Amino acid sequence: MLEIKNLHANINGKEILKGINLVVNPGEVHAIMGPNGSGKSTLSSVIAGNPAFEVTKGEIIFNGKNLLDLSPEDRSREGIFLSFQYPVEIPGVSMVNFMRTAVNEHRKYKGLESLSASDFLKLMREKKEVVELDNKLANRSVNEGFSGGEKKRNEIFQMAMLEPKLSILDETDSGLDIDALRIVASGVNKLKTADNSTIVITHYQRLLDYIVPDIVHVLYKGKIVKTAGKELVMELEEKGYDWIKRELGEM
Amino acid sequence: MLAEQQYIELFQKYRSEIDSHASSLMNEERAFSFDFFAKKGFPNQRDEDFLHINLEKQFSNDYGMNLKAVDFKVDPYKFFRCTVPGINSHMFFVINDQFYPNVQLKYELPQGVIAGSLREMSKKYPELIRSYYNKLAKNTTDTTVHFNTAFAQDGFFLYVPKGVVVEKTIQLVNMMYGGVDMMANSRNLIVIEEGASAKLLVCGHAMEERSYLANRVTEVFVGKGAKYDHYKLENTNEKMTNVGSLFVSQDQESEVVISEITLQNGLTRNNVVVNLDGEYSSVVLGGMAINDCHQHTDTHTIINHNQPNCSSKELYKYVLDGEATGAFDGRILVKKDAQKTSAHQTNRNICLNKKAKMYTKPHLEIYADDVSCSHGATVGQLDDSTVFYLRSRGISEVEAKMLLMFAFVNDVEELIRVPALQDTIRLLVEKRFRGELNKKCEGCSSHCK
Repeated sequence: MLEIKNLHANINGKEILKGINLVVNPGEVHAIMGPNGSGKSTLSSVIAGNPAFEVTKGEIIFNGKNLLDLSPEDRSREGIFLSFQYPVEIPGVSMVNFMRTAVNEHRKYKGLESLSASDFLKLMREKKEVVELDNKLANRSVNEGFSGGEKKRNEIFQMAMLEPKLSILDETDSGLDIDALRIVASGVNKLKTADNSTIVITHYQRLLDYIVPDIVHVLYKGKIVKTAGKELVMELEEKGYDWIKRELGEM
Repeated sequence: MLAEQQYIELFQKYRSEIDSHASSLMNEERAFSFDFFAKKGFPNQRDEDFLHINLEKQFSNDYGMNLKAVDFKVDPYKFFRCTVPGINSHMFFVINDQFYPNVQLKYELPQGVIAGSLREMSKKYPELIRSYYNKLAKNTTDTTVHFNTAFAQDGFFLYVPKGVVVEKTIQLVNMMYGGVDMMANSRNLIVIEEGASAKLLVCGHAMEERSYLANRVTEVFVGKGAKYDHYKLENTNEKMTNVGSLFVSQDQESEVVISEITLQNGLTRNNVVVNLDGEYSSVVLGGMAINDCHQHTDTHTIINHNQPNCSSKELYKYVLDGEATGAFDGRILVKKDAQKTSAHQTNRNICLNKKAKMYTKPHLEIYADDVSCSHGATVGQLDDSTVFYLRSRGISEVEAKMLLMFAFVNDVEELIRVPALQDTIRLLVEKRFRGELNKKCEGCSSHCK
């Protein structure tokens, strides 16, 4: 599904990603862990196409298409979804208007007719239940005045609406209390199928207790330095990252 | 004084002609204003209040003026289709500078309400109108206003007597339609008595793409506890110059909402002077301008807090694209005894393009010591990270920016208290942003082009 080859990327001339290689197959859940500043969020931004980052080398192939040739909107329409670490507040843009525009642009891309107002509202109602999103929130401006937990729930709600093939959850657990974490994780699990894949980016084991990964990677200084099964999560939790640094001969 | 000379000569030569097509009480006011204008001339850019707009140049064009008040031969009620449907208004027309009398139409206005031609009504009700006409405009130093007083012969008059509520919106369509380059000086007077209430929508249209200059002055008197809404919508074309001056005096506990929306116009100058003359009176004053190409919108507002316990809220937003420019000069003056004043002013602007320019000058002058006042002004661009957030959900860059522009002006639209009008304005704003407005003159079925 996703194949990243020797990916290098800069922001403001500073190299953050220094040769990433990653393969994600349909149905797999990958976790990417690593200390602060290792490039985890940069990787998710680059996959989603954030123009603030410049790709200097390498390629990203998604279902046979070169993602780097596509605009962020076309990547989304092809089935990439990024759950933001810091979702943006957009005063004056209603959730309904935002989601209707997004859903209909996805449909147009696939050659489908726009949804009627009533079908759209029905879809909203169904999907809100996935993350127990309050009606009040759905009637407000995008993320405006939402708590940290509500913002993350709103991200998963949008994911439910857009039904992506590959979801990237960038630090979705940050700022969540244990109840919100459970709701968000259960939402993600409900949306899981045999065909779609998930990349979970996180610092901690916490979220991975709920969303169980098939493969775990450690990202360090812009490179994937270790890949293993889910047992790696426990090992990192016990030993910290110093153990990896020692393996790399840095300590 | 080259630009002025032609008008000075015109006035002197045709004074009797001007007078004979107006009312005597309008004529009484001419001499003072003419002298004021003849002495000071048109505003030029050395004047602080006109730094960013060259009105002298606009007035120096060779315009036709309909001083003989030749009747308008076409019935606007037949060819004009209002672009603000669904508001079900009482509609009146001022064509160029003459009120268009419609003898067929029966307006079902509440008893005692007078609406019609200022010229005719000031002949019919001279005592009523004499106590208001030119009482606010006379004190200004703006010579475009005195120019209007010197030349104006007609316009719209609205009187709502004590305690009467006019539910339906009253709509005044100012229309330019001449076949030649033309100037119009129309004059409006609105009197809302104690406890009364009315809403007025003023639309500006130009039926052809010619060099038109409209110089319109409106005086509004709002009585004790009265409510008045004033919505102004300019939807013309690149070649039109619109100079509009609005003077408002509010008695105690009165509530006024003013919103001025420049959807499309070449050069716009909006002057608003609000006098909070009675305790516990309040005003909400807002507006937006959407400019592209070489358009310019210049807003100049003065809110005089003359009495204690009054409140004002001011909100203006501009969206500038192309090589458009905008200027906002907002002055709030809190007089010495106006304690417990609440005055808040906001001006926010987006320049979509590096060539677009915005000049903003908020100023508060406070002579009282127990007040709550603020002002804020920003000029910026659309936020990149927000655009990316929307794009990452599959929304195209163009559409993402569209959504953000709609969102940006949303709170100005929310100032409009007539729901149907608010909806329609949203629609027109969307069309404007999408470049779908005025492919042909919106609202016209005359096919004059």
